[in-house]
Amino acid sequence: MKNEMPVTVPIKKVIDEANGIKSVILPYRLNAKPGQFAMIWLPGVDLKPVGVSYQDESSFGITVSAVGAWSKKICEMKAGELLGVMGPYGKAFKLEGKNIVLIGGGYGAASLMMLAERALKEETNATMIIGARSSDCLIYRERVKQLGLKTIFTTDDGSFGEKGFTTDVLQKILKEEKADKVFAVGPELMEKRVAEICLENNVPCEISIERYMKCGFGVCGACSVDDEGKRVCVEGTVFSGEEALKIREFGKYHRDGSALKKEFGGKK
Amino acid sequence: MADIGVNLCGLKLANPTVLASGIVGISKASVSYAVKNGAGGVILTYEGGMLNSVGYPNPGIDNIAEEFSNLKSVGAPVIGSITGKNAEEFAMLAGKINKMDFAAIEIVMSCPHTPGYGTMAGQSTPEITEEITKAVRAKVTKPLFVKLSPNVMAISEIAKAAEKGGADAITAVNTLGPGMVIDIKSRKPVLGGKIGGLSGDALRPVAVRCVYDIYKSVKIPIIGTGGVLTGEHAVEMIMAGATAVGIGTGVYNRGISVFRKVTREITAFMKENNYSTLEEMRGKAHEE
Repeated sequence: MKNEMPVTVPIKKVIDEANGIKSVILPYRLNAKPGQFAMIWLPGVDLKPVGVSYQDESSFGITVSAVGAWSKKICEMKAGELLGVMGPYGKAFKLEGKNIVLIGGGYGAASLMMLAERALKEETNATMIIGARSSDCLIYRERVKQLGLKTIFTTDDGSFGEKGFTTDVLQKILKEEKADKVFAVGPELMEKRVAEICLENNVPCEISIERYMKCGFGVCGACSVDDEGKRVCVEGTVFSGEEALKIREFGKYHRDGSALKKEFGGKK
Repeated sequence: MADIGVNLCGLKLANPTVLASGIVGISKASVSYAVKNGAGGVILTYEGGMLNSVGYPNPGIDNIAEEFSNLKSVGAPVIGSITGKNAEEFAMLAGKINKMDFAAIEIVMSCPHTPGYGTMAGQSTPEITEEITKAVRAKVTKPLFVKLSPNVMAISEIAKAAEKGGADAITAVNTLGPGMVIDIKSRKPVLGGKIGGLSGDALRPVAVRCVYDIYKSVKIPIIGTGGVLTGEHAVEMIMAGATAVGIGTGVYNRGISVFRKVTREITAFMKENNYSTLEEMRGKAHEE
């Protein structure tokens, strides 16, 4: 049985990734597999699930976009300040095939970086697509260069890389080259489009679904998805594209902390 | 083959395990998943927004009506659990949820850690228990379960008050406490609301004693809840007097299939010890 109390450690390093997006490195041996997440406790504020974006023998990192009270505070933190760690939790990505495509929308690329690093180590031919609204929101531009990871950047406004969506690039790749498996993390509507494109092209894919979580280990029910009731924190967050498309609410709605439905795409 | 079916106030449970309120059950899908993993019955809990949306019509009300229609598809009886600030709020919510598709209704006046509710609102006295139960009873045509707190001096008196107020069953018990854990490096309480209820192994002996006391004081059935992680724990509860057993923290300790595991272990125990029905074990700890 895992210890369900957070272990508090001082922040080792803060990395400025992009406009309003920071990474925080923590001196804690998490031992996460690619795609798994940690619950990060900001003392006195809240506990939230976050994908693991950096990991070595003695530390790991998370990449956070300043959107709510918790993430805004995290983005203001400095080395030496304390954060609590629980985990790792959730299912991991399955690295398969010789040629893989990884698609990170917004800060979604964070949850794919460990997988990309493993692919490079195992000499899998990996192509990363990182997309954002505009150049100032693109993360890991330096990091992928240093890793030698083949990366295509897209921006909605064309301010950097290709103008358009990550899914446009995916379609082009699937038409021109052979891909054995696709991995995607990002806004849910993007993920759904990826799952559909992969289904049409008969290419297996895995995506990571984000849902509101209170506990992270399958007890609170907050992340149970309709209609089957699978808990995203335990039975996910990684799902195959096929599994994801069977989830009725996938790409349609999610639930907030009070279990009320909220539609994707701004409605309600 | 041992018969492990339970008739709980007319609710037919395929086995005595019930998903406890406050765990996993926030939606029809989430309780269906517990049933798929072996739960004989499930308690679906309204908290926060759900409850408010039921109480105060807003665009969410359509979602909620849809959410709780056709609960038969869940495959086991679904009990709707509500909580309120006072008798009036309890009664108002109970009236709304009585119209939905639930098999029974559970009222929780025993939450140990939410200001304005449960023990923090002084709801765990015999007088208030009877008052709230009566108010709800007047609005509810379905079987009514009352969930009690273990953090009281004489739980048998409170159970009696609930029975007098018109309860059809007692859910015993809610969590112990509240408790607090402080992270000594950041010097901050760890839990979101600073305090929380204590469950699991620490709670079980207290829960068993509560069920034992209640069994002596009332005639209505008891859903023994608190630290039931294994079939042996379930048998212990049944011997204390429980008709069914609630499982909550067991989902954490043994995964969502805890219901199937506990049921299997109860059956194995019954086989080894020559019991053919749960009835033969019920309340046996009371025999001189």
